[in-house]
Amino acid sequence: MLDRTITAIIVSAIAFVTVYTLTPILIKSLERRKIVVKDYNRVGGAMVARPGGPSILAGILSSELVLYTLSPSPEILAIILTTSFAFLVGLADDKKVLGGWFKPVALAATAIPIIVLGAHDYHLAFPLFGAVKIPLLYLALIIVMIPITGNTINSIDVLNGVASGFMTIASFALTISLFIIHNYDIALASLPLGFVSLAFYKYHKFPSRIFPGDSGAVMLGAMYGTIAIVGHVEVIAAVALLPAVINSFLFLSSVKRIIEHRQLKANPVIHTEDFKLMATTEKAAPVTLVRLILAHGPMTEKEVGFAIFKLALFSAALSIITAFMMGIR
Amino acid sequence: MWVMIIAGGGILISIIAPISFHGFGKYSDFFDSGIKAAIAILLVVTWIFIMSKIKNWIFQKQIKH
Repeated sequence: MLDRTITAIIVSAIAFVTVYTLTPILIKSLERRKIVVKDYNRVGGAMVARPGGPSILAGILSSELVLYTLSPSPEILAIILTTSFAFLVGLADDKKVLGGWFKPVALAATAIPIIVLGAHDYHLAFPLFGAVKIPLLYLALIIVMIPITGNTINSIDVLNGVASGFMTIASFALTISLFIIHNYDIALASLPLGFVSLAFYKYHKFPSRIFPGDSGAVMLGAMYGTIAIVGHVEVIAAVALLPAVINSFLFLSSVKRIIEHRQLKANPVIHTEDFKLMATTEKAAPVTLVRLILAHGPMTEKEVGFAIFKLALFSAALSIITAFMMGIR
Repeated sequence: MWVMIIAGGGILISIIAPISFHGFGKYSDFFDSGIKAAIAILLVVTWIFIMSKIKNWIFQKQIKH
């Protein structure tokens, strides 16, 4: 137990310190090379560095490789490989504007290491009712789950700090749940996800100095999905991610096809004269989580962010309750 | 959604999983899994349809205010 505690402290510290120290260097490097994008929600439209994916990847790889050296397992190797491939998929989308279908298909391919390394189970566990064995269907579930979690986190990356803050809350809830169900090895492997998100949030929070980009957001989501699969906590992970899932669901059910935000005909959110965010009355605009929150009336970007964090905390609590319910039968 | 996830899992494990579909010869296992998967997908589509209706109702109600 003491060994595990020391390992937990080491991997958490490596993950946090790597992102915390590398991100300012990355920001300066991106700004110097004019790799910046406009923040449309900021008064005057400040230019913000993007993507922050490389520093997040450095934090994940350094901590997970140390963990793999200390206790090698196919599960940790699957996390490292799938996360790295997801980063490359996101980076390709950051560098070049690709079609709406590119990311889901490419992300499905990033799930291959999980299957090849045999880092998965064939049972889908539900709270209260037990597990069901679905050998072939489970393979399909793995292929589908990584694109879903990757794109879900990417689709919530619409306001300053939301993707990294949301991921911090959801991944720590997942880690706590893994400890509750006594899956200590994967709980240790999930710690870096929470700590890299937390360290990145320092620079991503309002007013953002850097955006994670697709390489950052998609990678965080893909890593989350991989941990859910190798840790056999698919349902718990889905519960912790509910606000982001709802956002994706609202978006898809509004536009009725897979497209990028930049392809939208009408923006779901507009600005008031004092630069607050306001839900548009445009019928062609999709109903998103932000638009739903703003239906009450105009809010600042920071206020909307905190409203999403409150939902994330509520879902995190539900996921921990779900973890306790896994033991009841 | 949380309640729907748990209820959906309950329906799958307690009702659908124990049912066996026979009479397809050597392909019985394949059809058995296929039919159960189809029922599961139908349940998910029903859940999504219900969610969609709830979403529209909440949004229209809030935007009118």
